[in-house]
Amino acid sequence: MQSTHIPHGKGADGPTLQNRDLSSYNVIRQKHYGKFIASIVILAFVLALLHAFANGNIEWEFVGRFLTSKAILWGAWNTIYMSILAMALGTVLGVVFAIMRMSSNPILRYVAKGYIWFFRGTPLILQLLLWFNLALVFPTLGIPGVLELSTVDVMTPFLAALLGLGINQGAYTAEVVRAGLISVDTGQYEAAKSIGMTRLQSLRRVVLPQAMRVIIPPIGNEFISMIKMTSLASVIQYSELLHNAQNIYYANARVMELLIVAGIWYVAIVTVLSIGQSRLELHFARGSNHTK
Amino acid sequence: MQSIVEGKGINKYFGEFHALKDIDLNVEEGEVLCIIGPSGSGKSTLLRCINQLEKIDSGGLWVDQELVGYRIDGEKLHELNENQIAKQRLATGMVFQRFNLFPHMTTLENVIEGPIQVLKHSPKETREHAMQLLDQVGLAHKADSYPIELSGGQQQRVAIARALAMRPRLMLFDEPTSALDPELVGEVLTVMRNLAKSGMSMIVVTHELGFAREVANRVIFMDGGQIIESGEPKAILTNPSNERTQAFISAVLN
Repeated sequence: MQSTHIPHGKGADGPTLQNRDLSSYNVIRQKHYGKFIASIVILAFVLALLHAFANGNIEWEFVGRFLTSKAILWGAWNTIYMSILAMALGTVLGVVFAIMRMSSNPILRYVAKGYIWFFRGTPLILQLLLWFNLALVFPTLGIPGVLELSTVDVMTPFLAALLGLGINQGAYTAEVVRAGLISVDTGQYEAAKSIGMTRLQSLRRVVLPQAMRVIIPPIGNEFISMIKMTSLASVIQYSELLHNAQNIYYANARVMELLIVAGIWYVAIVTVLSIGQSRLELHFARGSNHTK
Repeated sequence: MQSIVEGKGINKYFGEFHALKDIDLNVEEGEVLCIIGPSGSGKSTLLRCINQLEKIDSGGLWVDQELVGYRIDGEKLHELNENQIAKQRLATGMVFQRFNLFPHMTTLENVIEGPIQVLKHSPKETREHAMQLLDQVGLAHKADSYPIELSGGQQQRVAIARALAMRPRLMLFDEPTSALDPELVGEVLTVMRNLAKSGMSMIVVTHELGFAREVANRVIFMDGGQIIESGEPKAILTNPSNERTQAFISAVLN
């Protein structure tokens, strides 16, 4: 121990720690020069960008005119409609395969693993093309001799898009749901059992509602990316938003204007969905720390 | 007196670990049995076997006169399926160390969940019964609170009400006060004491020797997966004959 003296301040004659009155001091705020300069640069860049678009070779009048044209509205509706259906199919498949994946039956487990492996392992656009061209492999569908349908008639762009998007989504959702189920404490399963619940009852009443808190945010994200993934269905002639916008600009050559129209609609739809998502999250946060 | 629990030659393994070794057990209706012993002695495992959260590997176990986990058919034992096991569990109510209330439901919803979903009782009658039970555990005023808004002691009392709502024949307590702050232990023990007075059959795994001495009809000391000693609370707790029991009790008291 070199010294027991406790220094009071920098200056040798400065006031001691006890009798120093801090209220009489002037506070010198920290200076953020870097932030200030960065803000100026970014602001200038944004203004330049806006200026470029406003004066560029874009006929804004066309954007306004086509924003609410019938084909675009129809396309936007189909985008929303397909997203909801594909997401619903994907969620149902996701829950089923997540439960299968956690089953004690090894066959169910491997089927679920195989499903997730295949559909996450191939590009979505390839899956869409596979469904749409199914007639090349199976000219007819159904039970031979009882009910046979021509695949070309059955596999419309609508059905191919729904199957392609929904089944692909299911593979991702299965993993999200599984993460949610794992996040629920095993004590909850035991408590549910102890009041006489079966496995299915405890899943439905006790475990899934709690898993939802973990599941909803990523599912919300996936719904939002689903809105945009439906645009891939334009390659199989499904008349969603982008497909219809393209059809118009093939005719009138207003490529940029119609892409902007489609962009505005995508952003608008996603914005509404984001608001819905945060409401849903609040609902499922019941009884958790975050509500307080 | 009829037996509420009867066990003969119960063995339980977790992999290589021999958790229960040839346990014989008899609990009479209305009896309050406390099981004490060091951790890892198998006392919680025994409790969990009684309501089939664990499955015994050999021996026989009867709860409320019914063979647990199997149906006897002539010379054969048929394994019960999940729904039948769920039905058998209705004879017992269980209270856990970590309460395990359903966090997404209010106090009242926790209590009525079983009767409505499992027993299919009418919501109105169930609600009334649930409020009565919450009143019994002194928490009627917390009916609309979520578990997170309750103290540990309050949560455990709700957990007791939730188990009682199923009108079980036997209550199992798995270290019900071990996760509680010391000042909250008393309120839970009071509820359990009243329950014992009302004539409920109870098996309590506990470290509360005072509670065991005062409330139990019988105390069992377990160690290493075996029942070492069993008898009157006073005899076991103040004058144990086995040296392992002696060592444990003096360790807990100091």
